[in-house]
Amino acid sequence: MENQIIALRNEITGKLSEVTDLSELDAIRVAYLGKKGSITALLKGMKDLSVEEKKSFGAKVNELKEEATEAIDKKALELKEQEIQRELDSMPVFDVTTPANTDRGSYHPITLVQRQCEAIFRTMGFAIIDYPEIVTDYECFEALNIPKHHPARDMQDTYYLDNGQLLKSHTSAAQNAILKKYGKALVEKGEPIRAIFPGRCFRNEATDACHENTFFQMEGVMVDKDISISNLIYFMKTMLSEVFRKDIKVRLRPGFFPFVEPGFELDISCLICGGEGCPSCKQSGWLELCPCGMIHPNVLKEGGIDPEQYTGFAFGLGLTRLAMMKYGVKDIRNLNSGSLKALAQFTDDE
Amino acid sequence: MLLSMNWIEDFVDLSGLDKLDLIHKLSLSTAEVENEIFFKGADLSGVVVAEIKSVEDHPESKKLHLLKVDAGDGKLTDVVCGAPNVRVGMKTAFAKVGATLGEITIAPRPLAGYTSFGMCCSEAELGISDDHSGIMDITEDVPCGTDVKQIWDIDDIVFEIDNKSLTNRPDLWSHYGFAREFAALAGRQLKPLEVEDLKAYDSLKKIDMKIEDPLCQRYSCMQVENITRSVSPVNMRIRLSYCGMRGINFLADLTNYLMLEVGQPMHAFDSRKVEKIRIKRFDTPFTFQTLDGVERNIDENTLMICNDNTPVAIAGIMGGLDSEIVEDTTTLTLESATFDAVSIRKSTVRLAHRTDASMRYEKCLDPEMTTLAIARFINLLKKYDKDVQVVSALTDEYAFKYDTVTLNFDKNFVDRYTGIEISNDTILKTLTDLGFKVTLDGDSFTVVVPSWRATKDVTIKADIIEEITRIYGYDNFDINTTRSPLYPVRADAVKHNEDKIKDMLVKRWNLHELHSYVWAYNDEMKDLGLPVEDNVRLANATNPNIETIRNSIIPTQLCQLKANAGYAPDYGIFEIGRVVKGLKADGLCNEQKMLCITLFSKTKNIRDLYLELRDMLAIIAGDIKHKSLSYKAAEPAHAFEHPVNLNKIYIDGEEIGTMGILHPAVLKKIDKKANVVFAEINMSAFTDAETAPIVYDEPSKFPGVSYDISVEVPSGTLFEALENCWQAEGNGLLKGARIVDTYDTEEFHSITIRFEFSSSERTLSGAEIGEIMDKVIANLANIGVTLRS
Repeated sequence: MENQIIALRNEITGKLSEVTDLSELDAIRVAYLGKKGSITALLKGMKDLSVEEKKSFGAKVNELKEEATEAIDKKALELKEQEIQRELDSMPVFDVTTPANTDRGSYHPITLVQRQCEAIFRTMGFAIIDYPEIVTDYECFEALNIPKHHPARDMQDTYYLDNGQLLKSHTSAAQNAILKKYGKALVEKGEPIRAIFPGRCFRNEATDACHENTFFQMEGVMVDKDISISNLIYFMKTMLSEVFRKDIKVRLRPGFFPFVEPGFELDISCLICGGEGCPSCKQSGWLELCPCGMIHPNVLKEGGIDPEQYTGFAFGLGLTRLAMMKYGVKDIRNLNSGSLKALAQFTDDE
Repeated sequence: MLLSMNWIEDFVDLSGLDKLDLIHKLSLSTAEVENEIFFKGADLSGVVVAEIKSVEDHPESKKLHLLKVDAGDGKLTDVVCGAPNVRVGMKTAFAKVGATLGEITIAPRPLAGYTSFGMCCSEAELGISDDHSGIMDITEDVPCGTDVKQIWDIDDIVFEIDNKSLTNRPDLWSHYGFAREFAALAGRQLKPLEVEDLKAYDSLKKIDMKIEDPLCQRYSCMQVENITRSVSPVNMRIRLSYCGMRGINFLADLTNYLMLEVGQPMHAFDSRKVEKIRIKRFDTPFTFQTLDGVERNIDENTLMICNDNTPVAIAGIMGGLDSEIVEDTTTLTLESATFDAVSIRKSTVRLAHRTDASMRYEKCLDPEMTTLAIARFINLLKKYDKDVQVVSALTDEYAFKYDTVTLNFDKNFVDRYTGIEISNDTILKTLTDLGFKVTLDGDSFTVVVPSWRATKDVTIKADIIEEITRIYGYDNFDINTTRSPLYPVRADAVKHNEDKIKDMLVKRWNLHELHSYVWAYNDEMKDLGLPVEDNVRLANATNPNIETIRNSIIPTQLCQLKANAGYAPDYGIFEIGRVVKGLKADGLCNEQKMLCITLFSKTKNIRDLYLELRDMLAIIAGDIKHKSLSYKAAEPAHAFEHPVNLNKIYIDGEEIGTMGILHPAVLKKIDKKANVVFAEINMSAFTDAETAPIVYDEPSKFPGVSYDISVEVPSGTLFEALENCWQAEGNGLLKGARIVDTYDTEEFHSITIRFEFSSSERTLSGAEIGEIMDKVIANLANIGVTLRS
C-alpha cells in the first residue's frame, strides 16, 4: 500500500513536469483527484483495512491528495501565466507610420467661418436670422434710405428678376424685417434688438479671381436706448479678435452708405504682417474688412422704431472675404465651383 | 482725384506741421487716401536757368546743335542739344554736370564727336508736365544760375483720394474744400479766396440769358475780352500736371484750374455763338457734336445750353464743337452753373460719357458757388493777363435755392450717440472750423449748415455726429461694451435643423458640402441633355448661361458630378440652398430652401445605394423629429428622374421631398459605369413637422424572447404590408420586428424576420408568444406570405 502512494506521487510529479496546457492539466486532475481518480480509488480501497491501518494509511493518502491538489493548482497558475505570456509574445509590431485612413466628409469653408461667427455672437446674446435671397426693391433699397436714383440701384449692379423682384445685393436687405420682428419687444419690454443674419448676396458683375457675383455677408444689428459708436467699435473688435483668435487692432474711417449715419469703413491690422506693411496689405499695414455704422434714423423709422429714443449700430461683414483670408483661398471662384478637389479639404475647423 | 499740398497751402498755413501725418489723419477723418504718396521734385536737383549764347549746326547731324550756354558760373559751357527750338538769347532749364533728373545723373557725355557738359531740358524731362516738344523757354526775369526750384513750385507732395469715398461730399471735389478739412484737422485758419469784386461791373450790359427748364438750378455768366495770353504760367501748368490734367492753352487751363481749385466746372463760349443763352430740353432727339469731335445722340431728357434754339453744349457734361473758342475769338462768355444732379447722372449714363465736370455735378454742387467761381476766375485772369477787359455785368439767374438747414441738438444727444465725453468747446470749435454757424446756449446747440454741405450731405442731427466724431478721431475713442440687459435667444428652427443635418451628413456619412449658383446652368445642363425648365428669369443677365432661376438643386448637383469626374469611385455631395418654385399668387417668387443630396458610386449596386440614401433620410428624420418617414411612388416630372423608384417622401402625411434614381440617359453622360441617386427635401416642410417626444422604454428585469420565422414573399408585396400583419397583434409585448436574413432565388423572395417580445412584469411563456405568432402567421397567409418549410 505504501508503495502505491509512492508510485502515485512519482507518477503525478512526472506527469506534471510534462504537461504544457490547461486542458491536459484538467485531465490529470480528473485522472487522480476526480470521483474515479487514482487517489480517490486508494481511499475507496481502504474499506478492508483495520482501524489502525485505516488511520495511518488514510492520513498518508490525504497527505498525497493535498500534495497533488497543491501541485496541480500551482501548475495551473504557471500554465495560465505562460498562456498570457504567449499571447503577449505573439502580438506583432504594427507600423503606425503607415498613412491613416482619414476619408471623411467636408463642410463648405463658408459654413465653417459662418459657424464660428455665429457662435461668438450667440454668446453675446444675438439671435441668428434666416432670410430669403430674393427680395423686393423696398427691402433692398427703399427701407434702407437708398433713394430712387442712387447709383446702387443701377441695373449694372443689381440682378433684377422679370417679376420685379431682385436678388439681394447686400444682407442689409434683412434689416427692415429684423427691426420689425423684434421692435415690439424692444418698445414694450425693453428687450434690445440683437441679431445677425448670415446670407448670400448677388452683384451683377464679371467674375475673376477677386470678384464673384454670388458671395456671403453677415449682417449684424443692435438697437437699444443708448447704443453708441463706442459700443460699435467694441463689438467689432471683440468679434474679429475671436474670429482670428488673437488681439486684432481695428480702425474706423468715414465711409458713406445711405443706411448708416455716421458710416464707417472698418480696417483691421494686417493679419500677415501685423501692421508693419507687406504686399498683402499693399504696405499700408491695414486691411479693409467691413462697412459699418450707426443705423440711419430713417431706417429705424421705417422699421417702426423711434430714432429719438433708440439708437443702434449695424455692420456687414464679408464672410466670403473672411473665409478666403482665414484659409488662404486665392481664387474666389473656387468657392462656388463645386470642385471637390478644392473644397473637400475643409473637413472641419476648431 | 490727385491733390497738391502746395495748392492746399495757398489756403491754409500748415507750416511747422508734419504733412504726411496730416495726410494720414485726413484718410482717417475725411476720405480715403491711396497708399502711394508722390514726392514731386524730390528726384530733381542741379537744374538752373541758363542762357544760350551761341548756336552752331552740328556738321554731320541735321538735328543736333552745338551750343555755348551761360549757367551763371562765370564761363561758357559746351552743350550738344537736339531740341528744335534752340535760339541765341533764349533762357532755358539747364541740367549741369552732376544734376539728377529722376534716375539719371548728368555727366559729360560724348555725342556725335563732341562732348556735352550738361543738358538743356524740356518740361517733360523735369517731370513738371508732359510737354516734350522742345526745351523750356523761360520768360521769367531771373539771373542765370538760379535753381529752377527757386522760380517754380516744383517740390510738392501729391496724394490721391479714392473718388468713391467722396460720393457724398460735393464740397470735396476741390483743393479749397480739402484745405478746409486740413484747417479743421490742424486747428489752423482757412484763408478766404482772393476774388474780383464783380459789383464793379454792375453798370455794364447784361447778357441775354434765360433758364427755361427746372433742371437748371442756377446759371451765372459774364463776358470778357482781349485775352492775349496763350500759354499758362509754369506754376499753373505744374499744378495741373501734378493733378493729372494736360495743359492745353491759357483759357482752357484756367477753367480746369478753377474746377480743381473750387470745384465749380466752368465753360467758355465764343460770345458770337451764344448771343441768346437759353437752357432747355428738346422734344425730339437729335445728334450733337461735342468739342472732342464725337457725334452724340441727344434725347428729350438731356438738358442743353442753347443759343436761342441752337444747342451749343450738353449741360454739365461737355461743350459743343461749334461754340468752342477759336483763333479769331475776341469775346468770351464764361458759364458757371448748377444743374439737377440726378438728371446729369442719367444723361451721363445714357451718353456713356463721364467727364470731370459731370462727375462733380452728379454729387449735388452748391449753387452758391457759381458767382464765387466767376469772381475767382476773373481775379486769376486779370492777374495773369493784364489786358483783359470785363465787358458785361454779372448775369445770374438763381432758379432753385436749397433751404437753409438749421439743426438743434443738445450735448446729451452727442453723449448718447458717441458713448464718450466730448466737451461743448470741442463740439463748438470743430463745427465752426468746418464752416458751420454754431450757437451754444447752455448745453443746447443750434447749428446752421453751410451751403456747400447742405445740398444733400448734412440734413439731420446724426450727420452732425459724424462731423464731430471724425474730426475728434475714432482712434481716440474709449471703447466699451453695452449696458443692455440680456435675454435668452432661441435659435431659428430652420437654421437649427440645417446645422444638425449638415453635421450628420458630413460626420456620419462622409458627404461633402458644396455651394452653387441660384440660377440654372444652361450650358452644363445642355451637355447632360437636360432642359432648363421655365421659371422666373433674370431681367438683366449679361451672360446667357445664367438667365433662369433654378427650380431644383438636383440638376445643379448633376452638373457638379460631371465636373468632378474621376474624383473618387464613391462619394456624396449635398447643399442646403435656394430654389424658386414659380410665382405665388401675389406675384412674388415662391422661394424655398432645399436640402439636396446626391450619391455617386461605381462600386455599389443601385439597390444598396438607393437604400443607403433612404437610410440617411430615415435617420435624419428619426434623430431630429423622432419620427419615421413614409413613401409613395411618384410619376416622373423631370428629365433626370428614372421612372422607377421615384418616391415622394412624407412625415405625418405631409410631403417633404422626393428621392429617386438618375435617368439612364443622363447617367450615361456623367459616367457609364456609375450609379447615381438623389433626394431633395424642403427644409421648411421638414422643419414644420412636429418633433415627437423621445419615448423611453425602461429595460425590463425579465428576459426577453426572440422568435424567428422565415417566409416567402410574393413579388410586389411591400414590407409595409407585412408590418400591418403584426402591428395590431402584439398585446403590448411585441417590441420589434426586423429582417435578419434574406434569401432570393429566381423563383422566390424569402426573408427571415426576428420578432422580439418582452414584458416589464413577468417572464413570458412560450404559449402566449405562440398564440400571438399564430395570429401573425395567419394574417401573413391572408396576404399571400407563407411560411417556408
